[in-house]
Amino acid sequence: MNILCAGISHHSTPVEVRERFAVGAHEMSSTLGGLRQIDGLAGAVIVSTCNRVEFYAASVCPIRALDGLRDFLRVRTGEADAPLYTHESPQSIRHLFRVVSGLDSMVLGETEILGQIKQSYAAAIECGSTTRHLNRLFQHSFRVAKQVRSETQITRGATSVGSVAVELAGKIFGDLAGRKVMILGAGETSERTARSMVSRGVRTVIVANRTFKRAANLANEIGGMAVHFDHWPHAFEDVDILICSTAAPHPIVTREKLAPLTRSRDGRPLFIIDLAVPRDVEAAVNELEDVYLYDIDSLEDIVRQSLDVRRAEIARCEQMIDHHVGDFISWMRHHAEARR
Amino acid sequence: MGNTLLVTATFVFLVGFSYTLYAIGAGRFRPGRVNLGAMLVGFVLLSAELWKRGQIERGCPINSLFDVLVFMSWSIVLIYLLVGSAYRLSLLGSFTSALVLFILLFAQLLPISRIPGGPVMRDPWIEFHAALSLIAYGAFALAALAGLMYILQDRQLKNRKGGALLYNLPPITDLSVANARLLWLGFGLLTVSFVAGLISGMPVNTLKFWTSVAIWGVYGVMLGLRKVHSLPPRRIAVLSMAVFAIALLALPAIQYLSTAR
Repeated sequence: MNILCAGISHHSTPVEVRERFAVGAHEMSSTLGGLRQIDGLAGAVIVSTCNRVEFYAASVCPIRALDGLRDFLRVRTGEADAPLYTHESPQSIRHLFRVVSGLDSMVLGETEILGQIKQSYAAAIECGSTTRHLNRLFQHSFRVAKQVRSETQITRGATSVGSVAVELAGKIFGDLAGRKVMILGAGETSERTARSMVSRGVRTVIVANRTFKRAANLANEIGGMAVHFDHWPHAFEDVDILICSTAAPHPIVTREKLAPLTRSRDGRPLFIIDLAVPRDVEAAVNELEDVYLYDIDSLEDIVRQSLDVRRAEIARCEQMIDHHVGDFISWMRHHAEARR
Repeated sequence: MGNTLLVTATFVFLVGFSYTLYAIGAGRFRPGRVNLGAMLVGFVLLSAELWKRGQIERGCPINSLFDVLVFMSWSIVLIYLLVGSAYRLSLLGSFTSALVLFILLFAQLLPISRIPGGPVMRDPWIEFHAALSLIAYGAFALAALAGLMYILQDRQLKNRKGGALLYNLPPITDLSVANARLLWLGFGLLTVSFVAGLISGMPVNTLKFWTSVAIWGVYGVMLGLRKVHSLPPRRIAVLSMAVFAIALLALPAIQYLSTAR
């Protein structure tokens, strides 16, 4: 028995091609049914995400099965020549283990792919299109992903400015539930960051913007409250996280202005995220006790650092994966011998 | 052979701490496994050692400076197991192993008297007073460690550099809360132990008495100021380290001097 993998991904194929190959949840059952009709193909699992569409199959006759798969895709997509990459065992097994561990993802080490592959596998089981080999392969791949995640630093740190901000907020406050956020300047990045905070349980969002209408609109969208820009110091008392991204040409939050406001905070920490260029917050503010100021450069530095840490872990992940590929190949051999 | 339990306990703490250092360095730190295991095994071994010494001395085994250090190590681990893990401050266990290891090595490697300095008191109130005081210092020790972790995390956050320590240390707010609660616990236990000491009517070394009262008073003032928000968490963290360090040096030194006399 051979494990086949054929697919397209973000590495080599643009989105306008990938979208033609994508298999939505509503057509999963019929597509798997169609694949099962291919001569020489014993079972199939389809992994379809925004960055890849891959077909995993078990076959005793890989060349015939791959030809059949190409024909099937040609008819389905109307593409004369599908730009597929293809792998057979053991490369196909290694490929799946790498994909499920996030090593082949656009953002190295991202963890969403594991959930997506679990869903794809569950859909294939539901349609009855898995075989003993595919079941064993996918279950093994989930174990690989778990081990790679827990024993290496491939998922360490956040990889976008917004997620770094949320992660740092967690390192300051622990649980974000019940915290209060103030946005000064309703820019796109500050809005995205605030939304991430809200999804982590932030209680109240106060929006202050030079144009009050824009503040009111954003506050309305994220379930917050708008205040006039000049009134932000009055609404500041219980704020835990301040996100700044105004277009002001000079700092609007200075040490002089903030020091008296922090005195009445009873030692509660204040996290300031300054996304503006030129900066909205004077650097000296970071010297105030219990105040943690991060500007766009420091957030991007942490993103870079996280990616460097992740890249440095690739070799260790590959070693683990090689070991698991060896285990799986041994199982396939023993299984084949036992059947003889 | 007489010290087998103690030496084994010391080795267990050494292994737990070394493993954590290695795991953090290699980026493989996973909270609560090896270290918690080492703490549990170390606690059982120290308990067995104290029970054995208690059988020999026919009472609570805290009659010499050596006894005090061993009992204090046991108290620190006890408080960690009872309180520290409740805050899920995983790395606190590693810091605790390091402190206990230091105290146990100090007790075993330095020429510290293992013979009681004076006549051994066999009054339950005195034994209760002495044991509770040491357990209170166990809580203060953990408060100092939570304080140290607070300072480290504060520095990491202020430096804006990210790094492994930032990700492995608990949130700064949790550390501040743990620091304060451990101080309250230690202060409460020390107060009860003072009351027990007064009830016992035991003869008191004046210098030791006033030093103990001063330490109790400083902890009380710190907690009072924290309660009225006059002392920010960072300063409480620094003070909890400083006061415990002073207590750790002063009380055994006074004990040693009074024994030498």
